Amino acid sequence: MNDDSPTPPAERRLRLDDGWSYAPAPEGTDHLRVDSSYGLFIDGAFRASSSGETFSTINPATEEPLAEVALAGVEDVDAAVRAARRAYETVWAPMAPADRGKYLYRIARVLQERARELAVLETLDGGKPIRESKSVDVPLAAAHFFYYAGWADKLDFAFPGRSAHSLGVAAQVIPWNFPLLMAAWKLAPALACGNTVVLKPAETTPLTALKLAEIVRDAGLPEGVVNIVTGAGETGAALVQHEDVDKVAFTGSTEVGRQIQRSVAGTSKRYTLELGGKAANLVFEDAAIDQAVEGIVNGIFFNQGHVCCAGSRLFVQESVADELLHKLKDRMRTLRVGSPLDKNTDIGAINSKAQLETIRDYLDVGEGEGAEIFQPACELPATGYWCPPTLLEGVSQSSRVVQEEIFGPVLAVQTFRTVDEAIKKANNTPYGLSGGVWSDKGAKAFRVTSQVRAGVLWANTYNKFDPTAPFGGYKESGVGREGGLHGLAPYLELTAPGAPAGTLS
Amino acid sequence: MTDVLKPETSAATEAADPSGPTETRLGIRKTYKLYVGGAFPRTESGRYDPLMLADGEVVNVSRASRKDVREAVVKARAAQGGWAHRSAYNRAQILYRIAEMLEGRRRQFEEELASIEPESDARAEVSATIDAIVYWAGWCDKFQQTFSAVNPVASSHFNFSVLEPTGVVTVVAPQRAGLFGLVQSATPAVVTGNSVLALASAESPLSAITLGEVLESSDVPPGVFNFLTGRRDELLAPLASHRDVNAIVYCGNDVEEIRVVQTEATANLKRVALRSDPLPGTFDPYWMLDTCEVKTTWHPIGT
Repeated sequence: MNDDSPTPPAERRLRLDDGWSYAPAPEGTDHLRVDSSYGLFIDGAFRASSSGETFSTINPATEEPLAEVALAGVEDVDAAVRAARRAYETVWAPMAPADRGKYLYRIARVLQERARELAVLETLDGGKPIRESKSVDVPLAAAHFFYYAGWADKLDFAFPGRSAHSLGVAAQVIPWNFPLLMAAWKLAPALACGNTVVLKPAETTPLTALKLAEIVRDAGLPEGVVNIVTGAGETGAALVQHEDVDKVAFTGSTEVGRQIQRSVAGTSKRYTLELGGKAANLVFEDAAIDQAVEGIVNGIFFNQGHVCCAGSRLFVQESVADELLHKLKDRMRTLRVGSPLDKNTDIGAINSKAQLETIRDYLDVGEGEGAEIFQPACELPATGYWCPPTLLEGVSQSSRVVQEEIFGPVLAVQTFRTVDEAIKKANNTPYGLSGGVWSDKGAKAFRVTSQVRAGVLWANTYNKFDPTAPFGGYKESGVGREGGLHGLAPYLELTAPGAPAGTLS
Repeated sequence: MTDVLKPETSAATEAADPSGPTETRLGIRKTYKLYVGGAFPRTESGRYDPLMLADGEVVNVSRASRKDVREAVVKARAAQGGWAHRSAYNRAQILYRIAEMLEGRRRQFEEELASIEPESDARAEVSATIDAIVYWAGWCDKFQQTFSAVNPVASSHFNFSVLEPTGVVTVVAPQRAGLFGLVQSATPAVVTGNSVLALASAESPLSAITLGEVLESSDVPPGVFNFLTGRRDELLAPLASHRDVNAIVYCGNDVEEIRVVQTEATANLKRVALRSDPLPGTFDPYWMLDTCEVKTTWHPIGT
């Protein structure tokens, strides 16, 4: 064609689709202890649910059951909240803050010691690539406990001009995309601030939270300080609505978050909500294109796109769109979809059958709206739930696949001409959790990160997390922050210096 | 010292009006309308609530409607971005200018308030209000330094968290202290770059509209402050449910009203801040945080 063509002639073109094969590199599982059944962790011990009911948790890569888990009903939730209240009043709140910190340090250390076991279990139960469980989920969970441990005896320095007081019992409901990490995000700040906790993991991924219960017990935490009740939505609702809960923390969908906000209306319960997103990843013509391609891939295909802050809307400046999309498609052809336990796997199993159906429905919707669907050819395992990395081109701002959160490895692509247009399109969403900017012009990067209305902005990087860095959404992506100094506030009541709790505003 | 211009205190000036102000002149009464987008429109509903003042005069206070709320949100939204992008120094000077203007017109506010509350209370309220505005003005270029953070992440990134305004904030001002309560509930949100739509006290609504006149001569951009007068039971739900409003500040202790605010706010996951009636001299800088978002930004450090 001409010299500007982004694609080299056929004889020089990389044949990435079938040219990259790897020998299998499965992670060993022989060291892992998984019990055939797990009880509820209430008041320092595991016990069956009062109804005796259980549910199975399966490996989404094989569809084989991993364990039977107790299904907590209203009575069990009540027992857990009572245990938490008793522990709050008798031991945890009166304890010297430095000692609370020491318990959290112990948990952090044991998480590090048992990191491999936890990573493998996380991958088995949730379907995420072992590479990610090992390098992201588990180390960050340990780091979170380590970070907040040190805050326990320094809370009066966190908020200038105020004394900090614990709230009481925290009800925490977490999702299935980062099961152990979300448990850490919830437990660590709550405990450091002197609260006790009842935590409900997601029904498809309860196992690492139950392992964490073992660790909490083995670390010697007083009975009832941490309680873990397993179940589905009804269990979560019973927990959030329990009258003796002082604080609700939820991570999950915006729709459920809205219901929770409504259910606590008229009560004195405090709440933080970490909800959905539809983040814009903006690539400008002055970006380092190869680097941007890596960032786009990491932004949307990390954890199969089961990430609330995933960069699921790609906006590319028109002048570099052809080149970038060529490179992106080439890169997508190298991504390996398959066994999550294989160390070479980039995209693991979709977390559940229900989620796979949701994703497929959205692909149908996209097709109906006129989107062109690109998926690289890849061989998918015969059993399990799988979705290849997917691009949707030819979509518009009003497309449902652009407006709604899909929560899968599906990237909607649009273009723009000017910086203003990019910012306007990025902000055209009820969500506001995160965003990405790719440009080698520092002034432009700072301008765009400051004008995109979202809680976390990544410039020339994406999907980076750290316990010291606050995380949370603007608009309908949530209320409140988790992580960092600002992540302490939701678990504290602030009063005038030296004044007792309940004495300010 | 000689450069200072001194007022002329000639005998002629004092002699000009030996009998004091004449009582025969017919006074001009004031129409109290709304304050929206830097203008003083009547309520689109054409409704009013009569308010009898201490001297027996009856004032027809505009009874704003749901549609007035919608109009005002449009104006507030239009003004918000520009206000937030002004420098902190500039916002501080504009707020300080409000205090200057209020000081100069304090007599008018005292008279209005004295028609509703004892005269000594009215004087104290105006003084407290002026001092409060000076207090909040000073925060404009300090809250960021006080409440933001540089985060020591364990990777090669420059990482920081700053406060940004949440956007448009509706305020249900306290029923007590029509001037002071309004200023204390609305100003903290404006300090950090939000625009505000406030429902004035139904018991003491007049000074809200007169305050609008002060704002108009203080270089406050139109639409940054908007004041409605009307009934809480009508306007609470629209103020709390409007989908282009990011946060609501409710002042009061009515359990049922709080439930309405919290329930309606779920329409778009609004931030809800509940406050009791303000006490003079009580300032909580953490009120500013109720209507702020924390934004965390990651920049790689490398070559």
